Amino acid sequence: MKDGFDQNAPRKSWMGLLAKAPEGRAAALLDGAMARPSFTWLRAPEIGTTMVRARAGGTGTSFNLGEVTVTRCALTLEGGPVGHAYIRGRRKADAEAAALIDALMQTDRAGVLQAEVLDRLHAEAAAAKADRAGKAAATKVDFFTMVRGED
Amino acid sequence: MYVAVKGGERAIENAHAWLAEERRGDPGVAELDVAQIRQQLGLAVNRVMAEGSLYDPDLAALAIKQARGDLIEAIFLIRAYRTTLPRFGASTPVDTGAMACDRRISATFKDLPGGQILGPTFDYTHRLLDFKLAAEGEVPDAPKRDADLADVPHVTGFLNREGLIEEAPQDDTPPPDLTREPLEMPADRALRLQALARADEGFTLGLAYSTQRGYARNHAFVGELRIGSVPVEMEIPELGFAVEIGEITLTECETVNQFKGSKTEPPQFTRGYGLVFGQTERKAISMALVDRALRWEELGEDDQGAPAQDAEFVLYHADNIQATGFLEHIKLPHYVDFQSELELVRKLRREAGAHQVQEAAE
Repeated sequence: MKDGFDQNAPRKSWMGLLAKAPEGRAAALLDGAMARPSFTWLRAPEIGTTMVRARAGGTGTSFNLGEVTVTRCALTLEGGPVGHAYIRGRRKADAEAAALIDALMQTDRAGVLQAEVLDRLHAEAAAAKADRAGKAAATKVDFFTMVRGED
Repeated sequence: MYVAVKGGERAIENAHAWLAEERRGDPGVAELDVAQIRQQLGLAVNRVMAEGSLYDPDLAALAIKQARGDLIEAIFLIRAYRTTLPRFGASTPVDTGAMACDRRISATFKDLPGGQILGPTFDYTHRLLDFKLAAEGEVPDAPKRDADLADVPHVTGFLNREGLIEEAPQDDTPPPDLTREPLEMPADRALRLQALARADEGFTLGLAYSTQRGYARNHAFVGELRIGSVPVEMEIPELGFAVEIGEITLTECETVNQFKGSKTEPPQFTRGYGLVFGQTERKAISMALVDRALRWEELGEDDQGAPAQDAEFVLYHADNIQATGFLEHIKLPHYVDFQSELELVRKLRREAGAHQVQEAAE
């Protein structure tokens, strides 16, 4: 990182978006946007775990909270771009779609995918988050003070 | 001494076939599918994930189905499955301050930034059986209101500003991992928190309750309880930077506890911490109380000899899979062990009998 600018920020952002997409959604949007190119597996999809860490008191000593299942894979397109996916859950088809999109985002197809896949995933995630936050907000307590008689 | 005995294969096979039939129940009643369990028995799924120490709602729902609703058996299935998976790495510590909160309450401050958000809670329900649930019916949509999507600050943060509560300074020492190294005493706080996060809810609840009733009383207030989702970020070795791999739901409880102060430190509140997978608030509050009780030594408190202060007692008995494994093994064949005991008792009785006969003769 230099001068506060993280050159990996765009890739981090789309990889995170793909990982958080609902099951099957990224694959469906990809297939709606274009025919899938041929690719070679560098690492076929495999299922494992990641140990989730947290901090005591939210900010203090780090500790191991427990594991999550994770699917990962890596592939390469003809011509060289390499796509990676690490996504929570046991979702090999989703990992494949995420790695393909990650690779294609490094090619001249990036503009199409940004518009047809990533922007839509972003909008859908924002809507889902706002929906849940709206339900939470409706359960926010509005306190009022009862006036107690003094006589 | 263990002696292998063969036999019983057919009986075992037939027992398993009957188990499968009993699990299915009356074929005239629709079969539960895993998605129904995941969606409609979500709190059971959360408990299995928390104590199974593996966050995967689909697997937990499957385990509950296979275990016929026996949650400890389901947790056992999850723990066993986990051992078959390779570990890809560890996440960066999750930031619970950035949680998208479904619920966030404080018992210590009425008006606080972010507000009191009740969320989908059983609190304030009348605990009367709702017979409408026995009939099929549509559920009305939950009301919504405009929401502020900004991060909700931690309550302990306000107290920290005044110096009224102990700080929790960041420490990035790689934490010990009881799934890789056997749990040994003395256990530091990181190890205790890992053990408590996967500890049996009932055991943790009982211990926490004992501290409230006076066994190592530490007078806890729930400073904050929050439930919601946080992103999980992990360093990807092939890329050299961290990416988000998904989101998980967590329950976090921070207690605010009394502290007298000492010669070197002014009086200050102390803290207990609970963090558990899923919406699991009874467990998270219990964990925070037990965490606080176990901190007696570092806070310079007296050892009152209370169970909740005894790290060895707590941590070695909190795991329901270890406990059930040892407890339930005694129902398995111990024929040879028992034969030797039987022989011994007979021999002792014979000797005692001979002694009495001899005394009578004298």
